[in-house]
Amino acid sequence: MIFIFLTSGLFLGWSLGANDAANVFGTAVGTRMIRFKTAAIIASIFVVIGAVVGGAGATHTLGKLGAVNAIAGSFIVAFAAAFTVAWMTRLRLPVSTSQAIVGAIIGWNMFSGSVTDTGSLTKIVSTWVLCPVLAAAFAMLLFFAFRGALDRINVHLLKMDFYTRIGLVLVGAFGAYSLGANNIANVMGVFVPVVPFEPISVYGLFTLNSAQILFFIGSLAIGLGIFTYSYKVMDTVGGGLLKLSPVAALIVVLSESLVLFLFSSEGLEAWLIGHGLPSIPLVPVSSSQAVVGAVIGIGLAKGGRGIRFGVLGEIAAGWVSTPIAAGILTFVSLFIFQNVFNQQVSKKVEYCISEPVIEHLQDEQLPVENLRQFKDVVYTNSIHFSSIIEKDAQLNTRQAYQVIEASRVTPMYIDEGLISTEVDTHWFSPGQVQALRQLVSKKFKYHWQLEQALQAQTDEWKQKPKTKENKLFNKNIEKKLNQLYRIFTVKTQEEH
Amino acid sequence: MAIMFRTTKALESEIDEYLDDVSQGALVFVQGVKNYMNENKSSFETHLKTIDKLEGKADSLRRKIENDLYLHSLIPEHRGDVLGLLESMDDVIDTAKVTLNQFDVERPYIPEQFKNRFVELAETTSKAAEAVVLATRAFFKEVKLVKDHLHKVYFYEQEADKQSDQIKRDAFALEELELCQKFHLRYFALHIDTLADMAESVADRLSIYTIKRTI
Repeated sequence: MIFIFLTSGLFLGWSLGANDAANVFGTAVGTRMIRFKTAAIIASIFVVIGAVVGGAGATHTLGKLGAVNAIAGSFIVAFAAAFTVAWMTRLRLPVSTSQAIVGAIIGWNMFSGSVTDTGSLTKIVSTWVLCPVLAAAFAMLLFFAFRGALDRINVHLLKMDFYTRIGLVLVGAFGAYSLGANNIANVMGVFVPVVPFEPISVYGLFTLNSAQILFFIGSLAIGLGIFTYSYKVMDTVGGGLLKLSPVAALIVVLSESLVLFLFSSEGLEAWLIGHGLPSIPLVPVSSSQAVVGAVIGIGLAKGGRGIRFGVLGEIAAGWVSTPIAAGILTFVSLFIFQNVFNQQVSKKVEYCISEPVIEHLQDEQLPVENLRQFKDVVYTNSIHFSSIIEKDAQLNTRQAYQVIEASRVTPMYIDEGLISTEVDTHWFSPGQVQALRQLVSKKFKYHWQLEQALQAQTDEWKQKPKTKENKLFNKNIEKKLNQLYRIFTVKTQEEH
Repeated sequence: MAIMFRTTKALESEIDEYLDDVSQGALVFVQGVKNYMNENKSSFETHLKTIDKLEGKADSLRRKIENDLYLHSLIPEHRGDVLGLLESMDDVIDTAKVTLNQFDVERPYIPEQFKNRFVELAETTSKAAEAVVLATRAFFKEVKLVKDHLHKVYFYEQEADKQSDQIKRDAFALEELELCQKFHLRYFALHIDTLADMAESVADRLSIYTIKRTI
């Protein structure tokens, strides 16, 4: 059964390759600086390396699809996202695979009655505006800088061609590496805990663990997508929107990677903060949006002539319709899958405001008086629950979200066996693991109870005051806690 | 990558060599015309052979450059332009060779008072050819200098037109010449002037290609 579910992950990988490879090599292929076949080979190799080597860090997170709590649900969500992206690829439009996934997850949330974090929605919409604008600004700046520099230093036509080509290959290879490393968790992440692969040794040189084997297979699917179907979108990015010169093609990919690096790199943020420098605010960025923005930036720098606004309009329409279509498709497919094929597409989650929850919320400075009327009532639909709380307890959306998070019942049992098999001791500090061991055989009903129990054992589980310097530290603690919740949540009968 | 760099390097020097040959062809052409006017037969023969060799070498270089540009898919944006440029540049050295050959075959009678004027005409056309070679070099290496050379090409071409026109008028005004001799003089003034015309057509292409060579 797991292998059938795996197919939709592979389909998503294929779609990702077919669409997103254009962000990396579209301009190079469109200007005929690199042959499609050469680009496809370079992109595939680096996607595989990126997924297997760089994607390893992502095994801690299951990717965005991890939010979906039943494997059959993940199957549908991945399938709907993949189908939407494949359809957009057919229409030659560069779209964001991430947004298709988020759209599909929102569809699942609607179906399963889970509250959608409004952050996801704002993130999608702000990416449409912010990311292309930033990329366009960078492309314009780089364009003028390049033009000024090339006027001063005289490079032979053929040498210029050589340097541009090398630049395109290097930036492209790096882009393909990041593509593999950042997206493999979305393609294969959900299957990491369930695949039955044994680690294999490659000629005694290195060993691939089961997650890496899975990521390798996923990246092959991405590579296949690049080879078989990515030419159309590459053509749109590299020539359909604006006729680009080879140097402009390089400027486009350079500004795209700069925007992605500066505005989404946690590593850079940590480095800047660590050196006492002002950090750049992290904004949601997507390579598809960045590449289109950068091409438009070049067009504007050239005086705005030559931009095909018809194509631009189609692309913009594609961006809006991708998450919506993925969401609707997911909703409909889930309905069919659940009712026709009798598959469990979402696990029932219970919400119960018990006395400990009220005490906890009181500690969090929430007005709890009005919540007592809901005490010990079990709800299963968080959307419904949220609207009742907002209305009857007179809380705002943020506070209601907090109440729902706190009252979600997640029965956990700290199993000694799971500590030694599932907890990554390289990632967790010895003190953190020690604290966890102290809790062996304990049961928890709510996730924050485990958090509090851990914090009672050691300060290493405590979050630091919310300052800029501590942001990454706190984020890391949160990631580790989420990992623990996943590991120790008691599995229900049908999951075994 | 190293192979690509080597190919680029080799092509660069081949293009340079090709332009050297065209430029040298123009110089040899002037020397040949001078030798003919001074009736220095052996030196004329030597220059005739030299220009023949230069033209042959330039031809094979051009073919190799064109072949390599396509084989390694270099400069995709400017490949057609460069090919057109090299081919029209080939017409310059071709014209020089053919004209010198015609002197050898037809042995035109040049009256004493016309000899210097033919040499001057040959020098002007050769200057146009040299200027267009410089403009072409600039197109590859320092594109903003192309215009500085192009205006010289146009200037020399106009000068050559004026000079050849005057030669024709004076030839037909001369009563002691036979009509066939007048025709012959006119014919050779036209031949020499063609060299400048060829240089001008290369210059016309270059001025367009230069606009295209912005990022």
